[in-house]
Amino acid sequence: MQTIHRILIAAIFTLCMQSSMLARAQGMVEVQTVQRLGSANADDVKRAIGEIARADPGLSLPLLEAFSAGKLGIDEQATAWIQDSGVLTRATDGVPGKASGHVRTILADNQTRRHLDEAISRLRLRSPNPAIRRAASAEIAHHPEPESVDILRELIGHEPDLQAREQMRLAIAKSDIQSNDREKRLAAARVIGESGDISMREPLAALLLPGEGCERDPAVKKAIRSAVSAMEWQELKIRTLANLIYGLSLGSVLLLAALGLAITFGLMKVINMAHGEMLMLGAYSTYLSQTAFVKYAPRWLGLYLVVAVPLAFMLTAALGLLLERLVVRRLYGRPLETLLATWGLSLILIQATRTMFGAQNVTVASPEWLAGGWELMPTVVIPYSRVLVLGFTCVVVSFVWYILQRTSLGLKLRAVTQNREMAASLGINTERIDAWTFALGSGVAGLGGVALSQLGNVGPELGQQHIIDSFMVVVLGGVGNIVGSIVGAIGLGVAAKFLEPAAGAVLGKIAILVAIILFIQWRPQGLFALKGRAQES
Amino acid sequence: MNLGQITLAVLFAGASFACKGPGAENAEPKASATTEALAAPVPNKQDNTGPIKVGILHSLSGTMAISETSLKDVALMTIESINKKGGVLGRKLEPIVVDPASNWPLFAEKSRELIQKNVAVVFGCWTSVSRKSVLPVFEELNGLLFYPVQYEGEESSRNVFYTGAAPNQQAIPAVEYLMSAAGGGAKRWVLLGTDYVYPRTTNKILRYFLKEKGVAEEDILEKYTPFGHTDYQTIVADIKKFAAAKRTAVVSTINGDSNVPFYKELGNQGLKATDVPVVAFSVGEEELRGIDTKPLQGHLAAWNYFMSIDTPENAKFIEEWKAYVKANNLPDADKRVTNDPMEATYIGIKMWAQAAEQAGTTDINAVRQAVAGQSLKAPSGFEIVMDGKNHHLHKPVYIGEIQGNGQFHIVWKTEGPVRAEPWSRYVPESKSKVADWSFPWLCGNCEAAKHQTF
Repeated sequence: MQTIHRILIAAIFTLCMQSSMLARAQGMVEVQTVQRLGSANADDVKRAIGEIARADPGLSLPLLEAFSAGKLGIDEQATAWIQDSGVLTRATDGVPGKASGHVRTILADNQTRRHLDEAISRLRLRSPNPAIRRAASAEIAHHPEPESVDILRELIGHEPDLQAREQMRLAIAKSDIQSNDREKRLAAARVIGESGDISMREPLAALLLPGEGCERDPAVKKAIRSAVSAMEWQELKIRTLANLIYGLSLGSVLLLAALGLAITFGLMKVINMAHGEMLMLGAYSTYLSQTAFVKYAPRWLGLYLVVAVPLAFMLTAALGLLLERLVVRRLYGRPLETLLATWGLSLILIQATRTMFGAQNVTVASPEWLAGGWELMPTVVIPYSRVLVLGFTCVVVSFVWYILQRTSLGLKLRAVTQNREMAASLGINTERIDAWTFALGSGVAGLGGVALSQLGNVGPELGQQHIIDSFMVVVLGGVGNIVGSIVGAIGLGVAAKFLEPAAGAVLGKIAILVAIILFIQWRPQGLFALKGRAQES
Repeated sequence: MNLGQITLAVLFAGASFACKGPGAENAEPKASATTEALAAPVPNKQDNTGPIKVGILHSLSGTMAISETSLKDVALMTIESINKKGGVLGRKLEPIVVDPASNWPLFAEKSRELIQKNVAVVFGCWTSVSRKSVLPVFEELNGLLFYPVQYEGEESSRNVFYTGAAPNQQAIPAVEYLMSAAGGGAKRWVLLGTDYVYPRTTNKILRYFLKEKGVAEEDILEKYTPFGHTDYQTIVADIKKFAAAKRTAVVSTINGDSNVPFYKELGNQGLKATDVPVVAFSVGEEELRGIDTKPLQGHLAAWNYFMSIDTPENAKFIEEWKAYVKANNLPDADKRVTNDPMEATYIGIKMWAQAAEQAGTTDINAVRQAVAGQSLKAPSGFEIVMDGKNHHLHKPVYIGEIQGNGQFHIVWKTEGPVRAEPWSRYVPESKSKVADWSFPWLCGNCEAAKHQTF
């Protein structure tokens, strides 16, 4: 079956190509037409796009794509060029060459680009690659224009790909729902209902309301009504699922930001106000790694994150070790002094960063492979960066868990946490364990910083935005317990996301803060309390 | 001491520390008890020799340092260039730079300090809350402030000259553009902002404006996020759903730092500028400098000046700035850009200097009279005039699309400068208010003239 399809597509495509070859004499693109793309008159630009779209697709498609991407320019000799990573191709005949003089880029504005994208999608409908046709028909199905729908009607009979055909049917149905023909409207309502495209719920529901352009035919009305109610149910399911996923994703960010603190504050009881700055330095390490790649290995730029992870860990862990040796260890058992001292440290680190890198945020560009998202369902898209953060959180949590549970450092650490005197009398060098633990906590915070750099700004103030949330997570989860922090973070994330649609982001945040304060009043030890001797001290 | 209690204390301390960010809108500017004795206007000692002191009040540390540092730099540049040409009234200008550290009550204290040092004029402030906190000080001590940033209007002070845009010089034209066929013919509107005075007031005005244009209540979605908000998943999903039914545009008054996660989320969830254009009022060249502009391409900003404006005056302005940055070895010298508030600062200082020359003195009352009606050829290429009555500039409006290089492609502009309306005509409670500092009104906020004509 597959092979037959493929042969069919190939045959259709060659036919198309041949007919366009024949038409090549008229299919040429005039340079004057390309020049008109830069005209200030929007209608003129539109007409020029139309003329180019009618030319040989082997020429017009790359030309329009280049225009859309801002890669089309005209040199001083009025020759149009497509600029692609330093290589110049003459736009009018596709021959590589050299421009004479400065190439002035022709810029498209949003209106033009909207028109242009539509034209490009129409051309792509005839591509031999089913994935491209699928994407193109999905693009058109978004906001089908009459001109595109006519083409779809012509092509849908020949389309071998099931998914592409479905998108085409949906696009045609969206246009047919306004048709004068009752049968067409009825069929369209059914198609839209089956598609589960919840973005159509509102326009369909609008047709049921009395007023201009409303639906009068009872059968069609019934079909629309059932489509709308199916969509409402669908939408409720999607919203719930989306909130759950967004909550998990927010929770993973909270957890990653708080995990370092769960070690330094949770296990060691050091009120570590400089935790946020460890996050910040982790993010700056990512920036450093990116800068180094740009300078020395631009070809491997996409991999800078892979280097940033160990770099951030080592840098912040080393700094953590230093801080512990110099400052924190002198203040054990004096929580208030520790609080002030670490707060001072945090200010020093912020100002030092500001002096070194400037007060401005620095650019950390997400690698190409992280752009975009994964469309779980219509209107629910999970950005790849969030998926990565979720995965990264799992990795970091397992890493911490492994160290705590499966290494000798972890064993000693837990012993010291539970009963320092006893551990010391058994021959454990508690001072050294403290230093390593603090370094581990700082290093894990650095890892959190790498992830945060992919989601937001990287600037000297980065840590300040996360310190409160981090403390919230650790206190809520129960001091001294990593599992508590995990549950606390995920719980907070999900709660925030379920509250947000109802209460708005501002009120939601306040509600959560109040809820946590009440909770801590009621249960000061947090969700998961340590039992035994550690609790009493 | 129980660790739980301590941590709770930390949380509270942390929370109040964070809230001291731009969130503390309504914190009354603390007029300290010691100021009682100084309440009487400080006699403006006429020291006619020696340099003229000029105050510069911009945050050089804290959250606003990102934006305000450049304003301090451009102010020093302008003062230096005036001094090179012989100063004002034959005397050199001596800038006094203070750092209010993004701390709103400190703005009030520092401005008091400046006025008591007998500065002839102060150039400063960025956020509306900082302006609101210095306002009573300037009015009490009869100081003179030039405020260079676009703001929400609904204010006019005798002691302030506003060189940034009022809403009708930025927000309203931007919305009109998006409504027009050229701008995409938006039928639905998302008003999205950070929760503080500027977005709330701007959105209130826009809401009235949209209603007057016949936009139905259900076609407006108004949303706010806290300061420093980074998780825009739900909001972008809501916008996407809202935009499915009709052509939609987003008007964003999101404050600086939250913009990056917002635009990133838009890009990742596949909302393109061609589907749902976002117009922002606080994203300019300087803000774009620190971020990856890929997800922002095609989105819009409305300002009264763009670095990409192609006029000889602008080329000169940029060249002067680049030379200054280089000569003074400022950080990131090769990447520094010019933007709208910088142009407004530049215009403000030049206008004040012209007015002082014309008045023949730096006396605040005399200079204030002279500033009204001043004009100069601005970098935008237009002859910019200070309104004779309402203390605001007449400014041209530009709408630009963000490009990959962090610059703007101008897609629309007004024919010429537009007169500011500090009191919006669309808001019922302010439409009959008048801001007019000439006779017989002498009033920034009233419905009838204060003084009878003679």
